[in-house]
Amino acid sequence: MSYTKRNDGRKFDEPRKMEAKIGVIPRADGSAMFKIGDTIAIAAVYGPRELHPKFLQNPEKGILRCNYDMTSFSVPERKKPGPSRRGTEISLVIEKSLLPVLDLNQFPNAVVDVFIEIIQANAGTRCAGITAASMALAHAGVPMRNLVSAVSVGKVGDKIVIDLDKSEEDYEEGATDIPVAMNGDHEITLLQLDGEISKDELLKALELARKGCAEIDKVQRDTLKEFYRGIKDE
Amino acid sequence: MNNDYIKSLVEKGKRIDGRNLDEFRKIIIETNISKNAAGSARCKIGQTEVIVGVKFDVGEPYPDSPDEGTIIVIAELIPVASPDFELGPPSPKATELARIVDRGIRESKCIDFKKLCIKEGEKIWMAFIDIYPLNDDGNLIDASVLASLKALSEAKFPKIVNDKVEHESKTNNGLKLNKLPVTTTLYKISGNILVDVNNKEEQVVDSRLSVSVADGNIHALQKGGDVALSIDDISKMIDIAMKKEKELAKFLK
Repeated sequence: MSYTKRNDGRKFDEPRKMEAKIGVIPRADGSAMFKIGDTIAIAAVYGPRELHPKFLQNPEKGILRCNYDMTSFSVPERKKPGPSRRGTEISLVIEKSLLPVLDLNQFPNAVVDVFIEIIQANAGTRCAGITAASMALAHAGVPMRNLVSAVSVGKVGDKIVIDLDKSEEDYEEGATDIPVAMNGDHEITLLQLDGEISKDELLKALELARKGCAEIDKVQRDTLKEFYRGIKDE
Repeated sequence: MNNDYIKSLVEKGKRIDGRNLDEFRKIIIETNISKNAAGSARCKIGQTEVIVGVKFDVGEPYPDSPDEGTIIVIAELIPVASPDFELGPPSPKATELARIVDRGIRESKCIDFKKLCIKEGEKIWMAFIDIYPLNDDGNLIDASVLASLKALSEAKFPKIVNDKVEHESKTNNGLKLNKLPVTTTLYKISGNILVDVNNKEEQVVDSRLSVSVADGNIHALQKGGDVALSIDDISKMIDIAMKKEKELAKFLK
């Protein structure tokens, strides 16, 4: 059960190559693209805007609504367009992953909508979506205490690895996939797991996630800074 | 932006972004924007952006065309692209968009549907053409047609091994487009005819006509909007669409 070498030659603690861009959807109030390996996510933020129907409004503070979706052609076998049980669950956990860093007290009765679309999928799509959404929220100017960064970690064969690709998720001798999101204080806002793992291994994987999220946080910050520097120069 | 201002400019033959009434914004086409698609393309017209992916799956032919495959065009107006798009089942606008694209391809016979036959009477390819606007800054129809034609021309069939489609391995065989049925949508604002309206201009459009043209022949028409058009209007609109055919088709070559 020894997984000695990663298919794409990465070290076990090395995430795939990352790329980020702000302002990819001009019509949105905030938007971003995040690419990690062959996985591409875009996120668009609309709001704070008035929430309809009215009975959903919270007079105390604004609410966050997230929707995660994949294009039909983003995966090898065509995904039927429209909602799915998987998408609904992922939308929910994404919402919970972002909410802890947001301050929506100034926006009673309003909603902030976050729409995530996966353009190309090669594992880690919900994490890429969260990372993109966090940048899009910052771009929209929604008050945030921190950014949220996300990456999947896990066990492939006998190895603890970061940022599993599709071939690793499908590793025939078994793989455990653990999507993790963290706020800038290394606290966990998303945690899911599918597979089989010991507690010690899990803690080791979370330590890897902490390092990976710090790396992603830097990419997010650098991208946002670069974007605003560009605007200042114009 | 004030709607009356847009109209008063158009009456003088001018537009808010300085273009001529019959002038498209900058068009950019890219291919292979999503690796898992059999073929994919992005079309940007100004700030309007549409991505299209083609996927193949095996199906059974219709009894009246046992040696022909089929295309299925679907447009998803995802809320990413505009504050006006909502989650939920396809809106009439999405269905209309998909059907305009569908008819341009189908009626021009730009692809040979017999090439989509695997075994007569039993097995055919279904080509799914899925359209996703990413940013709606007006004129989604023309952008969707360009992106769809490009994605279709790029598409490669997957391998079939032991009667099973292997979506992860592509062959080198694709569909040839023997013509390019591009669509120009003409928009009427304050008695004037425009092409390629942006989102702000779209708010004051009285009516529109989408004209699909290949090799100087009309293959599909769709009149939209709330105001009637005269035969004279339609004649003028078709003249412009005929002139625009070459200009648009060159982006697909």
